[in-house]
Amino acid sequence: MLDYVKRVILVLSGKGGVGKSTVSTQLALTLKESGYRVGLLDIDLCGPSVPYILNLEGQSIHQGPYGWVPVYLDNEQNLGVMSIAFLLESRNDPVIWRGPKKTAMIKQFLEDVCWDELDFLIIDTPPGTSDEHITVMENLRQVPQCSAILVTTPQQVAIEDVRKEITFCKKTGIPILGIIENMSGYECPNCSECTNIFSSGGGKSLAEIAKLKFLGSVPIDPRVGKLAGQGIAAVKEFPDSKTSKVFGELAQSLAY
Amino acid sequence: MSSIPENAPQHCPGTQSEDAGKASACAGCPNQNICASGEASRPDPAIELIKNRLSNVKHKILILSGKGGVGKSTVTSLLGHGLAARNANMNVGILDADICGPSQPRVLGVRGEQVHNSGSGWSPVYVTDNLSLMSIGFLLGSPDDAVIWRGPKKNGMIKQFLSEVDWGQLDYLLVDTPPGTSDEHLSAVQYLLGAGLSGAVVVTTPQEVALLDVRKEIHFCNKLHLTVLGVVENMSLFVCPNCKVSVTGDGNKAHNLNKR
Ligand SMILES: Nc1ncnc2c1ncn2[C@@H]1O[C@H](COP(=O)(O)OP(=O)(O)OP(=O)(O)O)[C@@H](O)[C@H]1O
Ligand code: SF4
Ligand SMILES: [Mg+2]
Ligand SMILES: [Zn+2]
Repeated sequence: MLDYVKRVILVLSGKGGVGKSTVSTQLALTLKESGYRVGLLDIDLCGPSVPYILNLEGQSIHQGPYGWVPVYLDNEQNLGVMSIAFLLESRNDPVIWRGPKKTAMIKQFLEDVCWDELDFLIIDTPPGTSDEHITVMENLRQVPQCSAILVTTPQQVAIEDVRKEITFCKKTGIPILGIIENMSGYECPNCSECTNIFSSGGGKSLAEIAKLKFLGSVPIDPRVGKLAGQGIAAVKEFPDSKTSKVFGELAQSLAY
Repeated sequence: MSSIPENAPQHCPGTQSEDAGKASACAGCPNQNICASGEASRPDPAIELIKNRLSNVKHKILILSGKGGVGKSTVTSLLGHGLAARNANMNVGILDADICGPSQPRVLGVRGEQVHNSGSGWSPVYVTDNLSLMSIGFLLGSPDDAVIWRGPKKNGMIKQFLSEVDWGQLDYLLVDTPPGTSDEHLSAVQYLLGAGLSGAVVVTTPQEVALLDVRKEIHFCNKLHLTVLGVVENMSLFVCPNCKVSVTGDGNKAHNLNKR
């Protein structure tokens, strides 16, 4: 199934809107910039945002002799993307599916996409611990090179949901690479004072308590917000930003 | 509304459909006999039960958003508090239908409370005299407990919440949902339509990623013939405490959406 994929990385968070898709896309872009061949699979069936973030909306998937051919961001085909959005007629179409249908779709995504050889396959997930997650975990359990990154924001509600996600990973036996804290503090574009909109440091202390690696904190950066829709790596566009530092280091720690 | 059992083959036409048990996909399905007999296509008896249970609830409102983290739960709690504070004689209930990520107990400051089961059903937790809450959060042992449930189990829980919670007389029941357009939403709508559902409030933030999902949510409402009571734009601007300059997202986007 994923025989030619060297590493699979799941991006998870219990809470919605904490930046899973931003982290998934920036991680994929950073790895691509570092010279790897990367696949990005979006299993958020009801709210796919990867195609929008990478500026790939309106593209469609076609069936090749060996399965679905992903949509490539670049001519060199170093970053391939698969998302349900490529199968919808209009970007506004809702996918009103109950669990079993979602499960079948995700199985197809895992089995029928022809990724070729990949150094990394990044999987962006919807919030929660339900059908999509259970299915992907069940199918990836046999894939030894699979691990998860947990994304949180500093607020207590988000931290609590990540604790649930840790329990989930433990129960399903997927190793956790570490925790990223996103939207930690706000850099004002006017005076560049950094304000903690929400309290900060929660992700770090959670990592300590849970004995997990802390992968860094990404501030709210309007420039990063604006990259959504363009498909550009922060490490390339703003190499000096805190965000680029975190993703650069993360990519390096994944190097093998 | 069609429903597809967990053990059905991929192309199951849905147990409520006319082809149930007779379609080509049904060959070999373990449910074929029940489906072919028409037993499965009868309306769920819970619908009638819920209608009776909620007959003392005047307005039932669903709070939706496609995108996660846009502040649905915060908006729900503010709306609940606002309605309850307006008139002490008015009773407001909040049902947290986010089974995998319940946040109402924390947002409303009643975490760690217990729900009691009496002869007339589960009694909700009272936040104030006239604001009550029911959430799966009250049924979990520890904050680390994860509810790792597939759709059918979540649906069962929502059915139970709707049919077994003893809200008493309510002027408003606000149902907070998880992000998306899946099991929880379909079940809530399916069970509440019979009992008379006033409509839905859709919450969004100004970013395009969030608006994208909200459009899907509005289409979802249209498909299910659910009235969209309004769109709430949350977190539209941030005022820097240092220089007092406010930074907006594209603040007027949500208004345009509303007109469509
Ligand atoms: N570090 C950041 N700086 C500025 N904006 C950010 C940052 N991280 C995320 N955002 C913005 O926050 C919003 C939510 O992010 P994103 O879509 O990545 O979250 P998500 O966890 O994937 O949400 P969902 O649970 O709905 O899938 C987006 O508009 C995104 O552009
Ligand atoms: S027999 Fe019933 S459950 Fe099975 S596929 Fe047919 S309709 Fe679906
Ligand atoms: Mg996302
Ligand atoms: Zn400022």
